[in-house]
Amino acid sequence: MIPAPFDYSTPATLKEALTLLQQLGDDAKILAGGHSLIPMMKLRLASPAHLIDINKIPGLSYIKEEGGYLKIGAMTREVDLEESEIIRKKFPIFIDASKLIADPQVRNLGTVGGNIAHGDAANDQPAIMLALRAEVVITSLEGERVVPIDEFFFGFYTTAVQQGEILTEIRIPTPSKGTGSAYHKMERKAGDYAIAGAAVQVSLDGKGTCTQIGIGLTNVNATPMRAFRSEEALKGKKLSADLIEQAAQLAAEDCNPSDDLRGSADYKRTIVKALTKRMIHKAAERAVNS
Amino acid sequence: MEKQITVTINGEAKTLNVEPRLLLVHLIRENLNMTGTHIGCDTSSCGACTVLMDGKAVKSCTVLAVQADGKSVTTVEGLATGNNLHPIQEAFKENHALHCGFCTPGMMMRAVELLDKNNNPTEEEIRWGISGNLCRCTGYNNIVRAIQYAGAKMRGDKLPSTDPVFV
Amino acid sequence: MIQCKTSKEISGMGHSMKRKEDARFIQGKGHYVDDIKLDGMLYMDIVRSPYAYAKIKNINIEKAMKVPGVVAVVTGKDLEKYNLHWMPTLMSDTQMVLPTDTVMYQAQEVAAVIATSRYAAADGVEAVEVDYDVMKPVVDPFKALDPKAPVLRTDKPGKKDNHIWHWEVGDKKKTEEVFKKADVVVKEKMYIPRIHVASIETCGCVADYDKVNNHLTMYMTTQAPHAIRTVIALVAGHVGLTEEKIRVISPDIGGGFGGKVPVYPGYVIAIAVSFLVGKPVKWIEDRSENLQADSFARDYHMEVEMAGTKDGKILATRFKVVADHGYADAQAAPSKFPTGLFSIATGSYDYDTTYMEADAIYTNKPPGGVAYRCSFRVTEAVHAIERITDRYALEVKMDPAELRMKNFIKKEQFPWKSPAGWTYDSGDYHQALKKAMDVVGYEALRKEQAEKRKKGELMGIGISSFTEIVGAGPSRDFDILGIKMFDSAEIRVHPTGKAIARFGTKSQGQGHETTYAQIIAEELGIPAENIQVEEGDTDTAPYGLGTYASRSTPTAGAAAAIAARKLRDKARKIAAYLLEVSEEDLEWEPGVFFVKGVPEKKKTIQEIVFAAYTNHPQGMEAGFEATHYYDPPNLTFPFGSYICVVDIDKETYEIKVRRFVAIDDCGNIINPMIVQGQVHGGLTQGIAPAMYEEFIYDEDGNILNGTFMDYLVPTAVESPSWETGHTITPSPHHPIGAKGVGESPTVGAPPAIANAIVDALAPLGITHLDIPITPYKIWKALKEKGKI
Repeated sequence: MIPAPFDYSTPATLKEALTLLQQLGDDAKILAGGHSLIPMMKLRLASPAHLIDINKIPGLSYIKEEGGYLKIGAMTREVDLEESEIIRKKFPIFIDASKLIADPQVRNLGTVGGNIAHGDAANDQPAIMLALRAEVVITSLEGERVVPIDEFFFGFYTTAVQQGEILTEIRIPTPSKGTGSAYHKMERKAGDYAIAGAAVQVSLDGKGTCTQIGIGLTNVNATPMRAFRSEEALKGKKLSADLIEQAAQLAAEDCNPSDDLRGSADYKRTIVKALTKRMIHKAAERAVNS
Repeated sequence: MEKQITVTINGEAKTLNVEPRLLLVHLIRENLNMTGTHIGCDTSSCGACTVLMDGKAVKSCTVLAVQADGKSVTTVEGLATGNNLHPIQEAFKENHALHCGFCTPGMMMRAVELLDKNNNPTEEEIRWGISGNLCRCTGYNNIVRAIQYAGAKMRGDKLPSTDPVFV
Repeated sequence: MIQCKTSKEISGMGHSMKRKEDARFIQGKGHYVDDIKLDGMLYMDIVRSPYAYAKIKNINIEKAMKVPGVVAVVTGKDLEKYNLHWMPTLMSDTQMVLPTDTVMYQAQEVAAVIATSRYAAADGVEAVEVDYDVMKPVVDPFKALDPKAPVLRTDKPGKKDNHIWHWEVGDKKKTEEVFKKADVVVKEKMYIPRIHVASIETCGCVADYDKVNNHLTMYMTTQAPHAIRTVIALVAGHVGLTEEKIRVISPDIGGGFGGKVPVYPGYVIAIAVSFLVGKPVKWIEDRSENLQADSFARDYHMEVEMAGTKDGKILATRFKVVADHGYADAQAAPSKFPTGLFSIATGSYDYDTTYMEADAIYTNKPPGGVAYRCSFRVTEAVHAIERITDRYALEVKMDPAELRMKNFIKKEQFPWKSPAGWTYDSGDYHQALKKAMDVVGYEALRKEQAEKRKKGELMGIGISSFTEIVGAGPSRDFDILGIKMFDSAEIRVHPTGKAIARFGTKSQGQGHETTYAQIIAEELGIPAENIQVEEGDTDTAPYGLGTYASRSTPTAGAAAAIAARKLRDKARKIAAYLLEVSEEDLEWEPGVFFVKGVPEKKKTIQEIVFAAYTNHPQGMEAGFEATHYYDPPNLTFPFGSYICVVDIDKETYEIKVRRFVAIDDCGNIINPMIVQGQVHGGLTQGIAPAMYEEFIYDEDGNILNGTFMDYLVPTAVESPSWETGHTITPSPHHPIGAKGVGESPTVGAPPAIANAIVDALAPLGITHLDIPITPYKIWKALKEKGKI
């Protein structure tokens, strides 16, 4: 399992990287954490002629609160989320996810940006970002553009990131008081991709009425998907066990899983329902205790 | 086209010309002739190739050698200080945490990072913490015990017994 | 409590001596086959078939030969010139080394690329162009028996079907009669899926042929180096490579578990290439190649029946097996035992009627299967009997522990003759199960379960009380390719009283360097620390059949004890001479002969050994060495009782193993720490097929999970915290009363887990689930039953 030969560049600035990317076009791939790309290259499922390693570009790895957003630099490693004080306090959903994303060694190198830019519905961060209503900052030589997460995932392995562009930042709106979030996926064993996963962020007012809700689902659709009807079922209502059950049922109905080694589509719907229900409860509990 | 890289391996800086596609694990094993780091799979699943890169545990089969340029890499050969074993090495031997020894270097390197971050982990934290390393021989019980033992040693606490516990 | 006869300084049997081999492993100084680097060494990589069944129309090597660094591409046609394109399997079947016209399974070797580097070889493999004519494969062994199915082994003259052999044992007619009359008959179909040893080190070799001296040194991952040397001589003798010209070296092995017993095509190709080019050739498998092409195990389709009375007395059992061997019967089992030791399937129970039959079938899958941590099909046998026993308990509404207690062979009935013909050497099954029940708190758990069932919660308790059969084996019955399954030990004690001992076995992590030293220390009183153990080099070690099927302690361990006793007899003579007394006047305590009643008049073993070189009695042979080839009088029969407690999530069907208690009896224990380590590891290899691992093929013969991404080897998260203990019932015929332990947990754990899960689901009408039992499988079963 040896990759095919390729050329390799380590641009020192984002501009240099973007210039290279524009020059090389389709022949080039961006190397971030490398934990999706290098395995594919070893299997020779991907044989890019050129790798542009953006690891040496300063200023792409950060977690900060600014202007009503939590901003995560695209090159922020998964492990950095796990160890961030801000995340620990305000976004427990990432802590839930962190132990379930691949394994510690992979999380040491794997980046948050890469996890999203790969456009793989089996990855965990996309569903979480859907739940958190994130925005994605995409940079090209022309400048930056901001894409809402709902417009980011186009299809299997394809995203809003176009040729000549690099995903540089993820922005998550700072949640209001009384917000809680939670994520869980069911996996065949530790480190596996999800059989199904559910990410939920819910905001409650003082009376327990749901003012905001985001529900994202992992690996049960061609693209990472938002459970729109489930969200609608809860928004503006006082949460109850029955209502949550109904919302979970809608998620199960609306997702589009496929039959594979992880189980049949029907089975995955069962799991989606169970996990969605549990994550809504868990997020709501956290909202109350926040 | 070959690239010149400088990698500090177990404290010693090495400058070499390598193909960009050379995997870090092959740099270590083939170019630098340090064969303590092993290869157990081809899908980044088993962790036998785990080394520390700038103190972080990484799977060296999924890192290009050129990515290690300018970085410091520690392998199992760099764990001991002179004749003094690293606490994790002592712990693995004392607690019978290895059988065939093939996963052991990678397992220990990951354990070292885990203990560097938290030298008093719970059993649950240890089990999830080594979930990127497969061992086919030991059933993991004694690996968990060894990591707890090494933690105690690093904390300077009284060392737990290493006698086998039978029900 | 384990009693030690020797001091800690000597560390004979019963001491938890820390392992001698660990020093190198923890410092990165283990020496595995991929660590070998020889001058001028070439690298081999293999082109494999993407199809399960296809004619090879053409192999174009032109582009590959142009890849920088590629020196040769070898195909079946090249090997055919030397008649090396086929080889025998250990079961006297035949198997291709490289095909000349047809590929028979996905991932089969098609051509080998030889290059100056690993990377160039990989590039060469990409550049070889093979033109296939794809055919519809036979994947299902039952469909393979259909008269309309294509005959796969057209290479065998006159072969008209895909049937390999039929085997049976027991009394068919009597069994039919008992079943006819019995009050209760239960029956389940059970499939033990195709799985893989998945040792973390894959297979590989460095073949180093020296043209000048016509000598081959073969470094390879083999559990049986001596047998392999003989096999190589048989395969390559006709090209001048005779047995004295072959040295097989098995360096440190990164786990074997039976997967490193067979001869794989890659080894033979590497030898052939080294022979032709006169340079060393290294071949190391990738993990995917290892999983997809080598060393599968199990793949047994079983129909299992039990007949009994209404009040829970077992009367008879019946087993019908269809064994899928893939395209060749390449299992590694003793020649006379095509189903291995499956006939242990009558279990731990006292009844006298059984009938078993098996048919082996060719399909378009990789050849096998190996005895994966198992004495040749014992895993399948124990699963069958322990599952059907639980099924019977369910049928007669009896607690499965009570039913087992009622049917166990009693301690005083040993040696006990089983209805399938084995003589169980010893056992105390009641004691082992009672201990397991006490440790787990069985009564309280059953109460808790009753409470939980009222609330609709799913909790299960599963028992497995297995009888093992290991230590193959007595020469009257056991051979591989005609070579009897003895094993050997050679001890040389140096003048200063330190020793080197060599064996025909080969450790792959079992700790032989420590445990063999302890056996010799026990017998001679020389500290184990001062006994160097070596294995794996056919030029130096005595001949033996190797390490698999828990046979090392029963065979080579016995050889060590007897060789040491020969030396102790010699030591007595020397001591008598030195002390000027008669031999009968001497008494032995570990390490010292002393005159009866005069303990201060003594000679230590070190003094005696020194005298053997410096002052030995006239007429006595000088030196202090002994060799023994041990031919066991019987097999050994370790046993145990395991109890597993599971909780199943009502919504997701996730299975949580809450407790797992394993009580093993392997007779006398050499090193408790190592025995426990073996049990821990074997248990994780037991939960693996019970809940996670299996190979899945589609109808075109494509393997769907041939990498570690989808072949689910348990991590520390899936592996429970094992609770282990033992009882001790020494083997009456083994020199040190030991029995072997490595495979017991792998054999015993799957039915305990399966029984626990089925027990949890029994209120929902589930009576059986095939392993691996996953949440998805539970969901499917409940769906079919209309329970969800």
